Amino acid sequence: MDVKHVKGKDKGHIMMFALSTCGWCKKTKRLLNELGVEYHYTDVDLLEGKKKEGAMEDLERWNPKFTFPTLVVKNKCIVGYDEEKIKEAIGV
Amino acid sequence: MSEEIKVTAEEVDALHTRLDQEAEASGYHLNPDVEHTKELVKGLLTNEKRYAYWACPCRLASGVKEQDLDIICPCDYRDPDLSEYGTCYCALYVSEEVLKGEKKLGSIPERRPSLKDRKKAKSKSTSPDISSLSQTVWRCKVCGYLCAREEPPGICPICKAKKERFERFI
Repeated sequence: MDVKHVKGKDKGHIMMFALSTCGWCKKTKRLLNELGVEYHYTDVDLLEGKKKEGAMEDLERWNPKFTFPTLVVKNKCIVGYDEEKIKEAIGV
Repeated sequence: MSEEIKVTAEEVDALHTRLDQEAEASGYHLNPDVEHTKELVKGLLTNEKRYAYWACPCRLASGVKEQDLDIICPCDYRDPDLSEYGTCYCALYVSEEVLKGEKKLGSIPERRPSLKDRKKAKSKSTSPDISSLSQTVWRCKVCGYLCAREEPPGICPICKAKKERFERFI
């Protein structure tokens, strides 16, 4: 899995499964950038072969419906762009 | 990593204008949040370049057209989602209430069944007896348009979905 790292304030581990073409994923990335928190993400549609399979296996553990964005904040999973829930989980 | 796919602002603007005109002409509306809508249009053009069809930008396409027919934009789930939530899954299309600003938009739940359920539904689907009818009735899976003729039309006159999105109804 190719995971990208965005530097920022450490608010606990944040991992996002996204699609490079998805509008809601872009809104979620923008929100995290505005909050200035450190996070990791992978654009699953840009992965191929084993890397894609690996990412999908990881995603399945959190969200067996394989929908995007799926955000994992300190072991809590948030599916879809939900500003309030994301802020609450991060603690801002 | 796949090769980076380039889509120009001109291509995005041209398709955005075309989709907006087509939507308004047939009673649909594009999301008035132009920034969001243009990102989705860019996603559609990206998917056209990498898969050769308009897979929904907010869903993971398989890359195999037959498996993704239901999520080719406009997807099979747009109209029920517009009725229930006022927006389609990716929010390219919205209802009149949303257009007028009477309803706020957010992510909505995924209506598309899981791969397992889609396979199950496909193996179960059967057509009723048509022997007594002079023509076959075809149904557009996107908007529900019905027509009685030998073959479905090349393009749905209502929602512009292509021929392959029609199913035999009766």
